[in-house]
Parts: sequence; C-alpha cells; structure tokens
Amino acid sequence: MSASFEFTPENKKRFEEILRRYPTKRAAMLPSLHLTQEQEGYISPEAEQYIADLLEVPVVDVREVVSFYTMFTRNPLGKHHIRVCESLSCWVRGSDEVKETLEKELGVESGGITEDGEYSWEVIPDCLGACELAPMLQLDGYFEGNLTREKVVELLKKQAASKTSGK
Amino acid sequence: MPIVKNISEFFGNENARSLKWRLEHGGYESARKALREMKPDEVTETVINSNLRGLGGAGFPTGRKWSFVPKGTDKPKYLAVNCDEAEPGTFKDKYIVEWDPHRLLEGIIICSYAVGIHTAYIYIRGEYVRPFERLEQAVKEAYAGGIIGEKVLGEDYKLDVFIHRGAGAYICGEETGLLESLEGKKGWPRLKPPFPALVGAFGCPTVINNVETLSHLPGIIKNGAQWFSDLGCERNGGSRLFALSGCVNKPGVYELPMGTPMKELIYEHGGGILEGRKLKAVVPGGTSSAVLTAEEAEMATLDFDCLAKLKSMAGSGAVIVLDEDVCMVKALHNIEHFFSHESCGQCTPCREGTAWVFRILTRIVEGGGTMADIATLKNLGQNMGGTSICALCEGAAMPLRSFVSKFEDEFEYYVKHKRSLVEDRKRNAVAV
Repeated sequence: MSASFEFTPENKKRFEEILRRYPTKRAAMLPSLHLTQEQEGYISPEAEQYIADLLEVPVVDVREVVSFYTMFTRNPLGKHHIRVCESLSCWVRGSDEVKETLEKELGVESGGITEDGEYSWEVIPDCLGACELAPMLQLDGYFEGNLTREKVVELLKKQAASKTSGK
Repeated sequence: MPIVKNISEFFGNENARSLKWRLEHGGYESARKALREMKPDEVTETVINSNLRGLGGAGFPTGRKWSFVPKGTDKPKYLAVNCDEAEPGTFKDKYIVEWDPHRLLEGIIICSYAVGIHTAYIYIRGEYVRPFERLEQAVKEAYAGGIIGEKVLGEDYKLDVFIHRGAGAYICGEETGLLESLEGKKGWPRLKPPFPALVGAFGCPTVINNVETLSHLPGIIKNGAQWFSDLGCERNGGSRLFALSGCVNKPGVYELPMGTPMKELIYEHGGGILEGRKLKAVVPGGTSSAVLTAEEAEMATLDFDCLAKLKSMAGSGAVIVLDEDVCMVKALHNIEHFFSHESCGQCTPCREGTAWVFRILTRIVEGGGTMADIATLKNLGQNMGGTSICALCEGAAMPLRSFVSKFEDEFEYYVKHKRSLVEDRKRNAVAV
C-alpha cells in the first residue's frame, strides 16, 4: 500500500480500451474507479489524483463520485468482503439471523474487519437483487442464499478450508 | 392463466448462453428479419401496435418513446439499456442477462435499427457480478460472430454495444440519473424537459429502455404486434416477468400474461403462503408502490391499469408477499431505511423528508414514539410527493401513506404499548 498510485501495465492497456468506448474522457470515470479498486482493493487519495489527471478533471470531481457510490471504498476492506442484504424480502425471511451469526462468528460488527484481515462485512439497506434466495448475502460479489444460522457458519468454514487447501 | 415462455423460454438452460446454440434455436432471426425486410419506421409501428410498455417500472409505451427521437438530426443517437434493477424485490432482469443474454442483444439490435442508433450502452448495476460476467461473454461472442460491430448480421449497419457497470446507487436506475452516471458523474437526476429523446447521453438524442422491454422485441417482430397485444389485456400488451418474493413457498420469476389475477401468482405459481399462514398484505410493484391489503390483493390483476386504479402501481413487477406474522410498523421502517439511504440528496423535500420519516419510524420501533409522530408521518406522506425532480420522493411517500392509513391500528398499538401488535399476538398465541 504505497502512497503513490499508478495502473499496472496491463491495467493501462485496459484503461486505453475503456476510453475508446465513450465520446468523452470523463465517462470513463466509473470503469476507471472499478479498475483502481480491483487493483488496490480501495481508492486512496493518491489514486483519486491519478484518475483525475488521466481523465483531465479536477480531483474533487473524482472524490464526489467515489463518495456518492456505495461500492467504492476509500478504506481497505478484508481479503474477503461480505455484504448482507437487509431489504424487505430478505428481512421477512430472516436477515436478522444472518447478521447476528456473522457478528458472532467474525467477532466484529457490520462495517468492521476481522483482526487477521481476512473478512470485512457490512449490512446493506439496499436490495441486492436476489430476493428469490432470501435471506442472502454476497461473498466477494457472488450470491449465497436461502441462509440459516448453520448455512452461514458452513459457508465461512468452506471459505477457510479453500484457503488452506491453496485454492 | 398459465405460465408463458416468451422471454423466459431458456431460463435455467445452461446451453442458451452460447451464441452457437442460440443461433441454432432461433437466435437473431427477428433482428435479421427487421434489418432485411422491414423499414425502421415499420419496426417502430409494429412495437407501437403491440402495446408493449416499459417494464422497468414506469410503463410508458415503448414505441411511442422511440418516436420522440428526432429523425433528421446529425448528432449521434444512443441507446441506454437500463439493467440497474435495484427496486427492492426486483430480480427479473438478472434472469434474462444470466440465462439468455443473446435475447437482450437481439432486442438491442432491433431497437437500434428502428431508431437509427449506432452505439448502445448497457448500464448494469455494480452488484451484479455474475450477470455482468455472462453478459460480457455474450457481447464478446456476438462481436466475434459478426452479430454486432461494423456489419450487424452481415448487413450494412454498424452497432457497437458496450457494458457500463454501476457502483451501488439506486437512483441510477432513474433514467436521467443513469445518464449522469454513464457520463461519469454522481447520479443526480436531471430536470425535464428537455427529455432524453432530445437531449440525453452526451447531449445527444437517447432512448432508455429496460432489459425486459427490449427482450420482448424479438418475439414481437417474429409473431407480430397483434399476437403480443392479444396476449395481455387492454392497453397492457403481452406477458411480463413477475418477481415473486417474501412469505411464499416458491419465490422466483414467473412469466405471465398481463392482467393475470394476483392471487393466481401467489397461490398457484408461488405455492401459497409460508407454513399455511394467512396473507396480510402485498407490495405489488417494488417497495415504491403502495401496499395492498389482503382483500385488495385478492381482487387485483397484474397490469398497470388495475393497480393504478387501486392507487398503487405495477412498477417493476416485483411482488412482495407479507403474511400475518409481519409487523407492518417494522416493515415500513425497513422500507423507509432504504429510501433515506438512497435519496441522492439533490432535492430538499426528499433528502430531508426521507431522513425525517426514517428517524420517526426508528423512534417508534424503539418504543419512544408518540401519537403526534403518527400525525407527522401522515402529514409527510401528503407533502413529500410531487415536490422533487424525480420520482424517488413519491416512491418513499407511497408506502408511507398506504402503510400508515391501511394498518393504522398497528402503528397506534406500537406507540401506546411500545411493542409490536403482531409480536404480542404471536407471543400470546404461544403462551396459550
């Protein structure tokens, strides 16, 4: 996590490809920020400046976008990030139990990171678009549904096991 | 009415994502027919006559929307495909993109050809990771297979399709918020007029259509306008995907003709209420829509006009079922948490109103509410709607008004006893 930021050579190429999709440079803002977060895990002030220079906009315009969208984070997250849906359909099917289980199993509250840096998690008041699986969560972006206390525990165990087996 | 398979035909079929398989199963035949045998205006005319309406939530007639785009302009025109589905309870577009992305791409070709568009952006919500991956793969295959690109299906028509990922903002599903986000800004909706058909993406004429709306186009071109309009009911053409969730045995996506009775969706297709409990209420079109009581839901049909008559809306087709064990005070608290979180902050009545409503409901749920709070909620419900640039504020006001007026006894009980009526009843039942 150095203070300076620049795209890797591979991502520079991807950035050039992104620019070609739009009639303005600024329109590459969201894809560039996704790319930044994919590379670094979060968006640092230095990265904001870097993107501002690339897109030829004031850095405040980048900050405005980063702070507006909930998926962009200005702080590092855990190696694995969990988002729990708390929207109406998940709530009536027991999202409270999912929350309680995660809090207990991970030992940190929503918004926190575990001590070993493996997991961060948060409760999302927005619908994640998988109500047929309610209650559900997203683990590193992928949906896990029809959750119960046991299933959440099992999911975390499976995740830990896949790590030790080097997967 | 039985389930139909106009656009859900290949849901669950692992093969349907492959271009090769899809071409062997009717894929892109309608786009080819449009490009080779029809004039652009004929395509628009067909869509107008089909009574296809915008299935993202607003229900605006699709063909008419296209017809607002000026003809002899020398500016480029754009298509923005709205796959930002984030209305709580909505998950239907995800099925199209995950299982049958080529149907969407075919719809994009047909729409683009009708309007004279050569660049389309698919705006997909950032949370949709696997749908994005599948869509990206389909677009890649379509380019490689000569379906899109310099010569669409080998014809003298150029069309580029790009995918643009959102980053977690409900407001970007509002069509002008989407355009701002596409242009690299925060998703603040624009004042209208000018409408996007004249001044849209990058200052140019733009059509914004929902994924499901576009996915109906291949069927309409193949079978004709009459076929589609005959499927539905008056002024509500065709079939529609209903995303059923909440307290039902079989939540999921069901494609049904417009005008299907709601109780059929819930009891026949959805397998009825969980554990045989009683139906209490239905949120018929995403949480922006007014809640229906069980009696209203029993009478309702699933189309834009019937639900509008019941002072609610068909919205995004997200039907959320609530049973007798759901506390309506807490349910509204849940809904308004969402709106206060997702208000973009541009208009004062929405920014302050949604936050105020949420604070009051939090106070009630925590046992500190007063009768005056209920009056304030009613007052806010009357005054928040129609005061802001976009419909989010009204979307927060509709559930507010309807929950409080239709289930007032629960709100009063909660304030008086500092406890939920429903939970007390449940406790007493257990004690007995």
